[in-house]
Amino acid sequence: MSHERVSMLTIATPEGVTFSLPLAGPFTRSLAYFIDLAAMLAFFNIFSIVFQMLKLMGDIGMGLTILIQFAFINGACMLSELLWQGKTPGKKVLGLRVIDEHGLKLRPEQVIIRNLLRFVDALPVFYALGGTVALFSSRSQRLGDLAAGTVVVRTIKSTPPDVENLLSGKFNSFRDHPHLESRLRQKVTAEEAQLALQALLRRNELEAEARVRLYEGVASQFREKVQFPEEAIFGLSDEQYVRNVVETVFRKRQ
Amino acid sequence: MISDLKTFIEREKPHWEDLERELTRVREGIADLSDLAYSRKLLSMFQRASSDLAQIQGYSAEPELKAYLENLVGAGYSEIHSATRSASRFQPVEWLIHTFPQTFRRQIWGFWVSLALTIVGMILGCLLVAFDLQEAREAIYPFPHLVQMTPSERVAREEKPTEEDRLAGAKATFSASLMQNNIGVSFKALAFGMTYGIGTILLLFYNGVVLGAVALDYIADGQTIFLLGWLLPHGSFEIPAILVAGQAGLVIGRAMIGWGTADNLRTRFRLIAPDMATLAGGAAVMLVWAGIVEAFFSQYHAPVLPYSVKITFGSIELVLLFVFLFRSGRAREGGKS
Repeated sequence: MSHERVSMLTIATPEGVTFSLPLAGPFTRSLAYFIDLAAMLAFFNIFSIVFQMLKLMGDIGMGLTILIQFAFINGACMLSELLWQGKTPGKKVLGLRVIDEHGLKLRPEQVIIRNLLRFVDALPVFYALGGTVALFSSRSQRLGDLAAGTVVVRTIKSTPPDVENLLSGKFNSFRDHPHLESRLRQKVTAEEAQLALQALLRRNELEAEARVRLYEGVASQFREKVQFPEEAIFGLSDEQYVRNVVETVFRKRQ
Repeated sequence: MISDLKTFIEREKPHWEDLERELTRVREGIADLSDLAYSRKLLSMFQRASSDLAQIQGYSAEPELKAYLENLVGAGYSEIHSATRSASRFQPVEWLIHTFPQTFRRQIWGFWVSLALTIVGMILGCLLVAFDLQEAREAIYPFPHLVQMTPSERVAREEKPTEEDRLAGAKATFSASLMQNNIGVSFKALAFGMTYGIGTILLLFYNGVVLGAVALDYIADGQTIFLLGWLLPHGSFEIPAILVAGQAGLVIGRAMIGWGTADNLRTRFRLIAPDMATLAGGAAVMLVWAGIVEAFFSQYHAPVLPYSVKITFGSIELVLLFVFLFRSGRAREGGKS
């Protein structure tokens, strides 16, 4: 199990709640930048034929090539962040995005400034200055971020726990014994029910061995509360036992 | 604490999904927050999600739900609380004609300091040439041809009638290279502001030294007319553009130092951010024009192009530029105030 220290950007809203966004560290950001560089190289390779054709057009074509290349090198990240809600290809791959340090939407001038100041951050080589500043910054900001009032956060794609799907449509052998189910509902406390539900919801986060031990412990706790007849529990694994209990407790009564 | 998580999720999930859907529509520009009824509806959905998050906060058994709601509330906060900002689209003409000169005047102190630094540099450059320090010339002149031949020799070479146009078939390339180089230098002048303005000061000063040295070199050699004809057409935009970029760099430097304000660093930067971006953009536009003029006009000398034409053209440009920078958008400024 890996232990990672993650800096968080905590924002308090006028509605009286606070929410936190995990900040991206200098290492992840460097990786994203290398991916962006690779993407730029790929772009130049793919469009090298176009550039060659432009050069064949003579002076105008040559001039256009110089300007396109200059604009692309200096403006690709800027344009990408402007049009793609704070993301560049590298940031997209690594699940990062640039946001306003107050959690608001990025303003165009913020994107322009953080990208114009890359030059200083890159000094003397390989973003040494910007990286050092970010290491010591509480919000992992390089100089460009500091001036623009931006931070780079990790994007977490999350969904609400799918409780409905977890409990519905599954066979429950306890249903044949409604009087025992009623007794179980009386004896199981709210905390125990929540614990069992969480054990099922977070099933995939647990390692196989830990999962077996957890369900064994939870199931034995419930087994002591109500004794179901042998035909109801025959061949039932500890995990299935816990599922049956949770379904019984949380099921809507008719 | 929520005693029945399942009921809570079942009850609230449709509202969260509605909010998610509406936020996506707002982000994609399908829904319009300027519609009062719609924005009220969205606000109420956001407040409900905020309230749900407040309910489960501190309840450590729900990390997944908490992460989901934090994301949702974060996204809602970003869209709803940013809606008060100007939603108008960027209008390039409006920006160039009004916003840029207004910003220039708002931060005019930076321009005067830029100009003063350049003038001090020019004086030093003049002194170095006046004392005829050959090593100094080699150290400060950016182009070898300025060291290797005297101004008179260069003028004689430039004015020598040739069958062929030296820049024939290379004007656009030359122009693009000049734009690339000058815009790069200007952006450096701006970015160096992050060194508490020291880098910007040095760059402006060095620029002044070169300018002063070259100018005195040509004047002392009796080539003042050539110098004016050579520099004015593109220099009337190029030099002010670098001064404007330096102005932006000095504005950043001042914000870094915090001189004359009690605001903290973050607030200081937040206040100057739009001005920095506008000045950088304005300098870039000026340099695009300077690059075109330098390649297609400045490089032609008498007898092909009389110096009087070049000097008149450059002088008109300079006057128009300063009229534009100091006058444009004034009526609107007054109206706003």
